[in-house]
Amino acid sequence: MTLATLPSAVPVLRPAPSRRLARRFADVIVLTGRNLVHIAREPLQLSDVTIQPVLFTLLFVYVFGSGVVLPGGGSYTDFAIAGLLALNLTTSAMGTAVGLSNDLNSGVIDRFRTLPMWRAAVLVGRSLADLSTAALCTLIVALTGLVIGWRPDASIPAVIGGFALFLLFAYALSWGCGCLGIVSKGPESAQGVGLVILFPLAIVSNGLVPTQRMPAVLRVIADWNPVSAVTAAARQLWGNPNPSATIPAWPMQHPVAASLLWSVALLVIFAPLATLLYRRRTTG
Amino acid sequence: MIEAEGLTKRYGPTVALAGIDLQVPAGSILGVLGPNGAGKTTALRILTTLSLPDDGWARVAGYDVVREAAAVQRNIGVTAQDATVRQNLVMIGRLSGLRRRQARARAAELLDQFDLADAADRMLREYSGGMRRRLDLAAGLVTRPPVLFLDEPTTGLDPASRLRMWNVIRELVTGGVTLLLTTQYLDEADELADRIVVIDHGHVIAEGTPAELKTQTGGARLEVTLTEANPAASGALEPFASGPVHVSQDGRRLRAPVRSGGGLASTVVRALDAAGITVDDVEVHQPSLDDVFFALTGRPAELAEDRDEPSLEVARS
Repeated sequence: MTLATLPSAVPVLRPAPSRRLARRFADVIVLTGRNLVHIAREPLQLSDVTIQPVLFTLLFVYVFGSGVVLPGGGSYTDFAIAGLLALNLTTSAMGTAVGLSNDLNSGVIDRFRTLPMWRAAVLVGRSLADLSTAALCTLIVALTGLVIGWRPDASIPAVIGGFALFLLFAYALSWGCGCLGIVSKGPESAQGVGLVILFPLAIVSNGLVPTQRMPAVLRVIADWNPVSAVTAAARQLWGNPNPSATIPAWPMQHPVAASLLWSVALLVIFAPLATLLYRRRTTG
Repeated sequence: MIEAEGLTKRYGPTVALAGIDLQVPAGSILGVLGPNGAGKTTALRILTTLSLPDDGWARVAGYDVVREAAAVQRNIGVTAQDATVRQNLVMIGRLSGLRRRQARARAAELLDQFDLADAADRMLREYSGGMRRRLDLAAGLVTRPPVLFLDEPTTGLDPASRLRMWNVIRELVTGGVTLLLTTQYLDEADELADRIVVIDHGHVIAEGTPAELKTQTGGARLEVTLTEANPAASGALEPFASGPVHVSQDGRRLRAPVRSGGGLASTVVRALDAAGITVDDVEVHQPSLDDVFFALTGRPAELAEDRDEPSLEVARS
């Protein structure tokens, strides 16, 4: 080992002085990239956004689709794609909790914290990486849908708008899951608790079946569920069957506005909360 | 280069640090010696900006670890016991503010210097303990920081990897790096450090050069087992002993404190042989952390164990 020339012979490596914002941006990019590499290497996490969407889409469309009759008519495939996208994005938001919990329990966060980097870059980098996987998931659901006959009946900007609402919602939800990842003891418990919260959130909605025939209590929950708002908004924007349009609840009458409000509210609550919890957990 | 005064840290009812002072002049190595839970890692966490002290202050490279944490971070390298591969070395460089090309070049340089270039693109789980530690050290050196903190750099390594790590650390310091290392092994502190502080229950209980510390703790211990009891043996050992020679009841086992030195065991065997005494076994025990502790506190180190102290690798709230 030739270390003799290593230390003081060469000066301390210092970054060129650059603007703080540029440094923060660079930190976020580096950590986003790092998280994406980790997700790509983790077969389970990757299959959550690649194989699972295809599987869910085919299973639900062909199994449920044969039994569900939509109020007001229309094709179940056209109806279901928005709901399946909601289901996949909601459940895969767990990845944020698991990933963050993994990092917090592995020692890598301590390593980051001894580096002269932007502290919140850990959270922002995580959320952006998970937004990227959400986008991949969205693409896969949409392509699977197109293959089995899903057809939006709207202008291109409206179709894009529907996807954008979904991604905004997924991004906001990932901050909530980030909070869960920070407060949980380890990745397993993050996953356990995440499932208990996210699965009902995804299922008690208008995503896979119309809410009209649900028991009264469930129906109220479903109609006010943010997942229902995003799903109804996408159906409306895509010109797909949207049985919720006949439901008088405010979010079902104004799904685009409701989904925007929900997403912004989740972000406004959970982004600062995650930052606070992260600070608490890593200071002491 | 590193100085601290009255550092205090409590975790709930547990006092991890009860006001310790540290001084590490530029270019020197301080070994922080103590059993698990003594407060070594807590001190290290405060000095590397990972924890906030409840009381007292510390300055590293001239910057306050609380008020000027960012400036401290620009001047230190830390080896946490985390997992690192080539990509991570590049990442650490990038997060330290190096440009991508600079960070890649530095990672390649370090992997070369640490004999890890061949293994650099393997997955970390294929790495041996010694390789991981070298990689950890490399990760601490990415920005060529003037101050380096090593947390138990050889714990859990086999003897060969341990010697290799020692060589790496020694070469580092000939280059003028200021270094603070924590260890549970007296011989490690002895090998590497200019000065040693011994911490127990959050207090500094001894401080000095390795030589001073050894005198304080009585140095090495000679143990001889004879084939059969011989009254002349005790007298034959006296020239080597730095204190009274103790003879066991059956007269076959003799024990004496000695000043450690090379070749002592063979010299003893020759001397006993010349006196016509036959020997079954000769052992020279270097003072262990236990001996130091026993000498300083009157109780063995194990009793000081306290598993509540957070490690550097796992941050708890």
